[in-house]
Amino acid sequence: MSLLPAPDEVKKRVQDNVIWKSIFRPGSIYRKGYRDTSRDRALASMNNVLYHLHPVKVKRHGLKLTYTYCLGGSSFFLFILLTITGIFLMFFYRPTAGAGGQELAYLDMQNLRDTVTFGDLVRNMHRWSAHLMVFTTFLHMARVFYHGAYKAPREFNWVVGVILLVLTLLLSFTGYLLPWDQLAQWAVAVGTQMAGFTPVLGQQVQFVLLGGAEIGPETLLRWYVLHVLAFPFILTIFLAVHFWRIRKDGGISGPL
Amino acid sequence: MADEVEIDQKVYDELIAQGKSERIARARAKAATVKAQKVAAGETIGPRAQSAEAPAAAPAAAAKAAAPAAAAGGGGGVATAERAGGGVRGAGGLTVEERQARVAAALAQRGNGASTRTGGGAALANQDHTHRLLAMVPPTGIQQIRGKQEDKVYTWPHLIASEFIAVLAWTAFVVIFSALVQAPLRELANPNLTPNPSKAPWYFLALQELLRYFHPMVAGVTIPTVGLLLGMALPYFDKNPSNKPENRKTAYVAFTFFLVLSAVLTIIGSFYRGPGFEFVWPWTDGLYFEL
Ligand code: HEM
Repeated sequence: MSLLPAPDEVKKRVQDNVIWKSIFRPGSIYRKGYRDTSRDRALASMNNVLYHLHPVKVKRHGLKLTYTYCLGGSSFFLFILLTITGIFLMFFYRPTAGAGGQELAYLDMQNLRDTVTFGDLVRNMHRWSAHLMVFTTFLHMARVFYHGAYKAPREFNWVVGVILLVLTLLLSFTGYLLPWDQLAQWAVAVGTQMAGFTPVLGQQVQFVLLGGAEIGPETLLRWYVLHVLAFPFILTIFLAVHFWRIRKDGGISGPL
Repeated sequence: MADEVEIDQKVYDELIAQGKSERIARARAKAATVKAQKVAAGETIGPRAQSAEAPAAAPAAAAKAAAPAAAAGGGGGVATAERAGGGVRGAGGLTVEERQARVAAALAQRGNGASTRTGGGAALANQDHTHRLLAMVPPTGIQQIRGKQEDKVYTWPHLIASEFIAVLAWTAFVVIFSALVQAPLRELANPNLTPNPSKAPWYFLALQELLRYFHPMVAGVTIPTVGLLLGMALPYFDKNPSNKPENRKTAYVAFTFFLVLSAVLTIIGSFYRGPGFEFVWPWTDGLYFEL
């Protein structure tokens, strides 16, 4: 006879205790098991944190690839991928330029590329995902337009969407400065010069953006904080509103 | 603010006499006033309009149900059971007996068609705990519920499975692309050395292209700001309720125009502008584009 309890007995002991039951809700498939019935399919959604995002049932036509082209979801996933790769990059990057003759930001970029394990790959992933996210968000907007998906009751979600687009652009643009190479410096210079032409407040707007009269170490620190903290935070809030409204407005629009 | 509703004094006094709290009596008396006004205006109230014929349609069932009504009302945990005592007409205007009879009749009617149970609805109505009244909801709720049945599928597994595949596909694509294509890293930033050309990131190149034709304030501030505000307001001035392409020709043409315009400007700015942001042919002069 084996000294070990039978697998069923182990399973029962693991699941039949206070801690397990406190983690998984009464209807959870991790407590009751799962059989492929309508009831268990519904329970699987309802007793899952994803219930915050998805209802138990969704319109059949919304699942077709040619309805959403998965563009909103792809933008969202790219944002998640950017967050994960971005956290990795933060371990190796210091937003310091020209302080005491040390160009830490640029040095750290070179280190990421040359010495950090997977540093080069992760930086590439972060960079390419960022461009992709801007692109998929644009396409998502076009898809929403061509489906008339912004019409009542979804008007406000379109407005939220435009704000998301602006935030996506701002995230991408603030990130563009961080490598602190010639490309970064001058792309940002071109972009921010235009802000200087804001009527009446032009000089002030530019000063606030750059943290000075021209691009320098203060700009780098300022844009770094915006890029890794402020804009992701704001974007996340608007994303929550966006997703919440999709459900409240009756799920995906259509069919056409 | 809405006008203060007058209190139906008679109902109020009656309720107070029954020992109801002042707050409840006031609320019910107001409800009675509103109801009286609506009846006077000829409006139908609540679901009664449909069920009004029910007792006539099934008088036998109604009679049967009337007898045990008091007992059921007492023990069933019905939120309105408190009215059973005096048989007083509350704001609803029905005695408990009448209400029970109607429920029984309605159930009987339904039972005739669908139920296989012998005895039909009347038997059902006699059982304890067949249903419980938890709340009264006005016929037009706070949110519009569309009763229409839609063609739906379960989120799990259908939607979750597609999402999972999409996540895998994107991850694979990004990892492979990043392993193959190196992101640029140029020389250290140098404020004194302006590269030629200096280009903004690609998503701003349409604006940089406009800079060639308009004053910087127009290209850099006015056009983007106005464009953004108009974009946000779009759903509010497109009053056409249809989402069918054939009904939206104007909208399609207008949006496609702006889409193509910005795409063309972006492409020109990206590939057809070289040193000094002058025109170049990418196939002869080379590519002046970096991501
Ligand atoms: C960070 C950027 C964004 C993310 C992550 C995002 C995410 C999503 C997701 C996941 C959906 C569900 C349906 C689908 O995938 O197409 C959706 C729907 C929607 N989005 Fe976005 N979105 C973003 C930006 C935008 C923009 C720029 C607009 C428009 C200006 C917009 C307007 C809408 C509208 C109106 C819907 C409802 C569409 C329908 O019911 O068919 N969103 N969004």
